[in-house]
Amino acid sequence: MAPILDIRNLRKSYGATEILHDINVAIEPGDFLVLVGPSGCGKSTLLNCIAGLEPITSGTIDIAGRDMTDVSPKDRDIAMVFQSYALYPTMTVAKNITFGMKVRGVDQATQEQKLSEVAELLQITPLLQRKPGQLSGGQRQRVAMGRALVRDPALFLFDEPLSNLDAKLRVEMRTEIKKLHQTLNASIVYVTHDQIEAMTLATKIVVMKGGVIQQIGTPAEIYNQPANLFVADFMGSPAMNLIPAKVRRDGSANRIEIARAGAAPLVLEDSRPADLPADVILGLRPEDIAEAGFRAGSNVQEAQCHIDMVEPAGADTYVVSELGGKQVTARLHAETSARAGQSMTLAFDLGKVSYFAPESGQRLN
Amino acid sequence: MTDLAYVSPRAGSRSTGQRLGRIALRWLLYLVLTLFALWFLMPLFVMLTTSLKSLDEIRTGSLIALPREVTFEPWLTAWGSACTGIQCEGLKPYLLNSLLIAIPGVALSTALGAINGYVFAQWRFRGANLLFSLLLFGCFIPFQVVLLPMARMLGLMGLAGTIPGLILVHTVYGIGFTTLFFRNYYVTIPQELVRAAKIDGAGFFRIFWSIFLPLSLPIVVVTVIWQFTQIWNDFLFGVSFSQAGTQPVTVALNNIVNSTTGVKAYNVDMAAAILAALPTLLVYVVAGKYFIRGLTAGSVKG
Repeated sequence: MAPILDIRNLRKSYGATEILHDINVAIEPGDFLVLVGPSGCGKSTLLNCIAGLEPITSGTIDIAGRDMTDVSPKDRDIAMVFQSYALYPTMTVAKNITFGMKVRGVDQATQEQKLSEVAELLQITPLLQRKPGQLSGGQRQRVAMGRALVRDPALFLFDEPLSNLDAKLRVEMRTEIKKLHQTLNASIVYVTHDQIEAMTLATKIVVMKGGVIQQIGTPAEIYNQPANLFVADFMGSPAMNLIPAKVRRDGSANRIEIARAGAAPLVLEDSRPADLPADVILGLRPEDIAEAGFRAGSNVQEAQCHIDMVEPAGADTYVVSELGGKQVTARLHAETSARAGQSMTLAFDLGKVSYFAPESGQRLN
Repeated sequence: MTDLAYVSPRAGSRSTGQRLGRIALRWLLYLVLTLFALWFLMPLFVMLTTSLKSLDEIRTGSLIALPREVTFEPWLTAWGSACTGIQCEGLKPYLLNSLLIAIPGVALSTALGAINGYVFAQWRFRGANLLFSLLLFGCFIPFQVVLLPMARMLGLMGLAGTIPGLILVHTVYGIGFTTLFFRNYYVTIPQELVRAAKIDGAGFFRIFWSIFLPLSLPIVVVTVIWQFTQIWNDFLFGVSFSQAGTQPVTVALNNIVNSTTGVKAYNVDMAAAILAALPTLLVYVVAGKYFIRGLTAGSVKG
């Protein structure tokens, strides 16, 4: 299938400062691409470049097989939902939604038919005659989406659409956006700084930092095999444990030693990969460290650890132990007998481990 | 109920004393404000009463006395037959001139200021800041400096001494202020609105017309009041760039007051002055509440 969006060698500079460095991304029709990264990483700039609201310095952007370099935003066959919703304050909801069609000279009957379809889909029919100022945040959000949906474009662009909503509404709207994506099978590019939004919504995630793509992959790939320390740390909550360790080759196995203050080093064994350097950062998600006996896997190893802190979180209990000079979090079941200040046996699932080079931060396995 | 026990009698008496002090302060405030108001209204009162007196009564009575016998004769004279130099047509034709100058002048300078402000606020371009600073600089150039070059320009364009010439002068001179007003108003409108409209397919003027203009009532009112007052009250441009037949009312008023022969008709002068000031007064009364609202706009999210 031809990609619906194909970005090649895109660069973007403001004066001498390069904001985006050599961006290459492509998505298929029906894909939900999420651009995620900390603020200032260039994700919104990239979205604006796709929309044509910012000129690009070099490279190409193709939408639905057409080169967009000199095409103005209105002719790109896109629709965009903004963080502030950007509803036209003096127009009613109905006028907001039909403004684009009116400008393009769509006839009245089609306008009304499309309006009622979209209003029904988003359940905003009772609000059509109101002004944006009379709507709640969630309702404005729906209207903004209605304005995009009514266009039926090749590509939807979402610029942090949920960040102005309160926590509960955000989760609700997230589900609705996901549902909409599934019903309409739309192609979407979505910008967020919230890694949970990225994980739940995306079919494909682009993690960015400082204008450079750190990793592109499915949510599972990004979560399970982060390409470098930044991605490992950024995606997932609580964050992945990143523990400095020493590696000694011992026959066919690696003996991985993790220093502990006031105790013998913790030693784990792993056979792969064969060519680890002497110093590594070992990455293990909190859920891959469990209470002994509660974890099954191909390479689960147990060790006594001193528990510094216990944090019950309802469904789970997090315990913190100091390993390799780092606060390491393990996710235990809710009824665990762990007590702060005592020792307990933890099970480390080395089948799920990631190794990173300490200097470059790149993944090693 | 137990709380009552903690209130000592002395605390009670102190609060009564404080209350009395507050009331006294309030009355003092009203007194001072009333005195100021009277002070400012005094000239208007004198003008109004004088314009309703006959010349005899003015000569014999006190300045601030009410008219014994109300006469509208001076008003009729000021309106239709007072002499401005050799012509004796009253203020009527000059009021018309002023309207013919002020209305197009206000409309043009407001419209241009709105477009300029929209560009400076929402369509930034290279050098925009410099250009905006230069426009602002234009606000502070004294009138006298531009008199000669302006006269030369009007002459070259064949507009010297005409009403269109005066409209042009006032429009050009007003653009600095009107641009400033509109730019500062539009800069509070989020840029995402323009971006959304661009993606919706709207162009430069469509966005201005459909999205910005409907939001602009408060600032339009402020600009119209400001410009109308400026243009209507202008004397220097009016006296410099007009000729017999195109003079605005301010110039005519000056001529009426200065060209009387023999007895000075104070009552006619006063009536003429009030007539000349009436339109600006009317604009303030009609649109005044929008003026206050417009000046504070932007502090509240729309």
